Amino acid sequence: MQIYTVSQVTQYIKNLFEVDPMLQDLWVEGEVSNCAQSTAGHIYFTLKDARAQLRCVLWRSQVAQLEHLPANGKAVVVHGRASVYEAQGSYQLYVDWVQPAGAGALFLQFQALKDKLQREGLFATERKRPLPRFPQRLGVVTSPVGAAIRDVLHVLRRRYPLAEVILAPTLVQGDEAPPQIVAAIEALNAYIDVDAIIVARGGGSLEELWPFNDERVARAIFASKAPVISGIGHETDYTIADFVADVRAPTPSAAAEMVVPDQKALRAQIRQYCDALHQGTRQCVAEKRSTTEHVLALLHRFSPRAVVDRWRQNLDERRQRAMTMQAHRLALLREQLAGMKLRLQTLSPESTLNRGYAIVSRRDTGAVVAHIAQVTSGDAIAVRVSDGHFTGIVD
Amino acid sequence: MEEIAGLTFEQAFQQLEEVVRQLESGELSLEQSLTLFERGMLLARLCESKLDAAEQKVNQLVGVSSEGPVLAPFTAEE
Repeated sequence: MQIYTVSQVTQYIKNLFEVDPMLQDLWVEGEVSNCAQSTAGHIYFTLKDARAQLRCVLWRSQVAQLEHLPANGKAVVVHGRASVYEAQGSYQLYVDWVQPAGAGALFLQFQALKDKLQREGLFATERKRPLPRFPQRLGVVTSPVGAAIRDVLHVLRRRYPLAEVILAPTLVQGDEAPPQIVAAIEALNAYIDVDAIIVARGGGSLEELWPFNDERVARAIFASKAPVISGIGHETDYTIADFVADVRAPTPSAAAEMVVPDQKALRAQIRQYCDALHQGTRQCVAEKRSTTEHVLALLHRFSPRAVVDRWRQNLDERRQRAMTMQAHRLALLREQLAGMKLRLQTLSPESTLNRGYAIVSRRDTGAVVAHIAQVTSGDAIAVRVSDGHFTGIVD
Repeated sequence: MEEIAGLTFEQAFQQLEEVVRQLESGELSLEQSLTLFERGMLLARLCESKLDAAEQKVNQLVGVSSEGPVLAPFTAEE
């Protein structure tokens, strides 16, 4: 016979609670009573129905993050795990989520998971990655049959046929869908070098879209190395996958539109670039031409030829000046000469001869006879008068 | 210039953008701008011809073997 301590038994019972998956993930509906907040901030309350009571605790750390809190008399649905509080030997529910009763079960699950993942930071805008500008290879996680894949491929082909598509086929509804979707996302990341992943599903009821509200799917999207774009259901459908995805598109077609550029726009852009190339080159050539002309003008100014030209011009001017001066001097001389000639004329013997004087010279020597003693009788003489001369013999 | 032929669309397009940006920034020699012009036109032509020639390739990931992923051509039912 084995005798146990109280602690051992209590620990054993606690273990039983904690290995039971149902007790670790419980949704319980009931009416709140005995609700009180401790000085430490934890909230203790009891959930009851007509026949039983369940003690509950809500830790302070949760209290701050919950939208709804328990209050006496309120009908609520809570989520939590059941475990044993050893010190009092009682079991209780450790609550992590509270919602007023009356909402549908799926809605409750959705809200609870959304709150939880949000708290963990899975929806944080800082971690949203931009989609690649020109994806070369795209992964598509969706059903191989149906409108979604057809629409996605059609849009991708029309807009950007350069992108290679790798379809990772999965179920998209039912209990088997979430593990398949997770495996598809993981396989694309592990084996195929995809630039982005489209997770898509065509429209359907809330239940049909349910796999995309699965926590495993949300975590697989979060863990994806390649950015994920979700296109699930219609415009108005929001799934947990949409919140975790890097980009949320309202439909599968819209996801395809957003993940690739449009070749029409690209072609227009390329033509614009061609225009810019022409324009830019023309402008560069024009600028270079005007610079060249400017430099040529400078060069011309300082070329040896120009220097020679300038000197030549300088020389020309000097020569011109010299010639002018020369002509001036000549004219002056000429004038002086004329004056002297005039004076000479007044002094010449001719004017004396005109007045009736004569000049007598010996014919043998030509000497002018100015004195009697120069001649004797019989000498031949020449007599010059104003308009000629005649000869004679001295008596 | 011959290495242009080996570029992907993305590389060619981004280089084209860069060439246009450089050409518009000015401060280039005549030779540089003519070289850029020529290169830009080749890149533009390459981008267009890649778009013209592109045919969508769709494969389906059917499984993973020891040698890696197993792909098979996929056509969506109409």
